Amino acid sequence: MKVLDLIVKESCAVSATSVRMVLTAHDTLPDMQPGQFVELRIDDTPGVLLRRPISIHDYDKESNTLALLVQRVGKGTAWLCSRQAGDVVNAVLPLGNGFTLPSEGAPCSPLLIGGGVGVAPLLFLGRELCRRGIVPTFLLGARTSKELLCKDLFESVGTVYVTTEVGDEGVKGFVTHHPVLSEGDFNAVYVCGPKPMMQAVVTMARAGEVWCEVSLENRMACGIGACLCCVEDTLSGNVCVCKEGPVFNIDRLKWT
Amino acid sequence: MDLSVKIGTLQLRNPVLTASGTFGYGTEYADFVDFSRLGGIVVKGTTLHPREGNPYPRMAETPSGMLNAVGLQNKGARYFIDHIYPAICHLPTKIIVNVSGSSIDDYVAVARMLDELEHIPAIELNISCPNVKQGGMAFGVTPYGASSVVRAVRNAYSKTLIVKLSPNVTDIVSIARAVEEEGADGVSLINTLLGMAIDAERRRPILSTVTGGLSGPAVKPVALRMVWQVAQAVSIPVIGMGGICSATDAVEFLLAGATAVEIGTANFVDPSVSEKVADGIADYMARHNMEHVSDITML
Ligand SMILES: Cc1cc2nc3c(=O)[nH]c(=O)nc-3n(C[C@H](O)[C@H](O)[C@H](O)COP(=O)(O)OP(=O)(O)OC[C@H]3O[C@@H](n4cnc5c(N)ncnc54)[C@H](O)[C@@H]3O)c2cc1C
Ligand SMILES: Cc1cc2nc3c(=O)[nH]c(=O)nc-3n(C[C@H](O)[C@H](O)[C@H](O)COP(=O)(O)O)c2cc1C
Ligand code: FES
Repeated sequence: MKVLDLIVKESCAVSATSVRMVLTAHDTLPDMQPGQFVELRIDDTPGVLLRRPISIHDYDKESNTLALLVQRVGKGTAWLCSRQAGDVVNAVLPLGNGFTLPSEGAPCSPLLIGGGVGVAPLLFLGRELCRRGIVPTFLLGARTSKELLCKDLFESVGTVYVTTEVGDEGVKGFVTHHPVLSEGDFNAVYVCGPKPMMQAVVTMARAGEVWCEVSLENRMACGIGACLCCVEDTLSGNVCVCKEGPVFNIDRLKWT
Repeated sequence: MDLSVKIGTLQLRNPVLTASGTFGYGTEYADFVDFSRLGGIVVKGTTLHPREGNPYPRMAETPSGMLNAVGLQNKGARYFIDHIYPAICHLPTKIIVNVSGSSIDDYVAVARMLDELEHIPAIELNISCPNVKQGGMAFGVTPYGASSVVRAVRNAYSKTLIVKLSPNVTDIVSIARAVEEEGADGVSLINTLLGMAIDAERRRPILSTVTGGLSGPAVKPVALRMVWQVAQAVSIPVIGMGGICSATDAVEFLLAGATAVEIGTANFVDPSVSEKVADGIADYMARHNMEHVSDITML
């Protein structure tokens, strides 16, 4: 883990409330795994004290850059979304444990399900899977087509299916309504998104006895396992999402 | 220049400690802090039996501060001694254990167990945690309650005994005097201030426990006032804390009469802040031509 000043290389709106940023640093960025996150310091915002956890959306060792996908929901994310090229954002990174990747050559047919801004870590995960010769299938959910984030980027990495709640793109409804869930023959499911969505997917994965990992978004203070604020009540008791997660195999969760 | 300070028989290389519950067991911060630059580390509150703590959500950010309701989650004194102590006892700084309990017998039992540990030169008795439904609060809010637990622990513990005071009282000075009377080697203050946060849209409290402990810059003026009042009233050393984020903040506590300081919530914002505060105090002394850190105190 490192504390680094990241420099914004580019920042562009990808929906009315979301921004995709590419950042670099003077130093070499530490190696990162899909599913890990960063904690960003929020400057110039009166009253805001704590860092904000944001998933690593993409990482490219060669160009020493990482990308973040941020949705504006409050003061902290508003400050992040208003960063322009050349601005500095202080980060602690990389944090937590990422998704479990299949070992090289192992047969794997993964489905990556994301809802809302929860699609963020799945791009980096999809890229890592590709690097291992596995073509990922994405199932992306949003309220409307306008809120569907970075579809073209996902299409450059794998096959993309879409659901929208209002039905203006893809299948109408929630991700759990998409036929690809029952038609595709997936042996691994990775999920990130709003909790009700993840819970619905977990119920299906359990019923179908499919291996499944979810990425949780509990409220955090330290992000490094020191304060015990971010715990999830698991089958092995309260564990820190920031340190033991944010990715958990569903076998560890009490979710029903 | 001499930054060393003494509390009871505890000798610290400088007056900067990290506050209990905000620095884990130290090892979490190994990538960020050179422990040999710190006065000491006060580790997470330890109870006789393991505690799961309170249900999530346990944290709410508030203007310039945060509320927590962790509820003393820890694996118990036995686990600490067998599994954590061996991993931290050789860190190049002083390790102080924060002790909590829900009965006097529990406090005494933990103090006895820790008295045996060669590399734990002091304990900090938490008589003030506002999160725990029984115990905690009850002892720290009356001079009688505070005296009873300190008297019992003093008889069971031979090394440096620091008593951590609750700010959720009408007259903190009377509590400080009571624990001094019972043989405490020092007092530390403040623990968190009882507070509450409500989510207006969802129309319910944010914390699972409804109320929680406030910390961070928001509490600093209250903490400074209490440290100043207590430092004038007792002759044992006072360790000040509450919202310290910089060397200037720390110096203010030393000016108010504190012998040393602890840094809590600020560790979450800048994980290497503790080391920076220690360096900054030295810079301050150099700028003001001070020989010893105790020269800072204005009282
Ligand atoms: C591991 C992890 C990865 C995340 N990845 C992303 C991402 O890639 N893109 C993205 O846009 N968002 C992500 N989030 C959510 C993001 O952290 C919150 O939206 C953000 O903290 C809100 O801050 P705010 O000041 O704008 O909102 P406010 O509501 O004003 O924040 C108040 C407090 O609540 C906390 N908080 C509010 N919402 C959340 C939430 N959903 N999750 C956790 N804490 C919250 C804040 O950190 C802050 O302490 C992630 C959260 C976690 C835990
Ligand atoms: C997440 C968290 C956990 C804490 N846990 C403990 C604890 O176990 N024992 C204790 O005596 N104080 C505990 N405290 C209180 C701090 O040690 C300190 O007294 C308080 O936070 C004020 O200092 P600060 O404003 O610098 O954080 C905790 C504080 C926080 C924020
Ligand atoms: S946020 Fe502090 S332990 Fe997870």
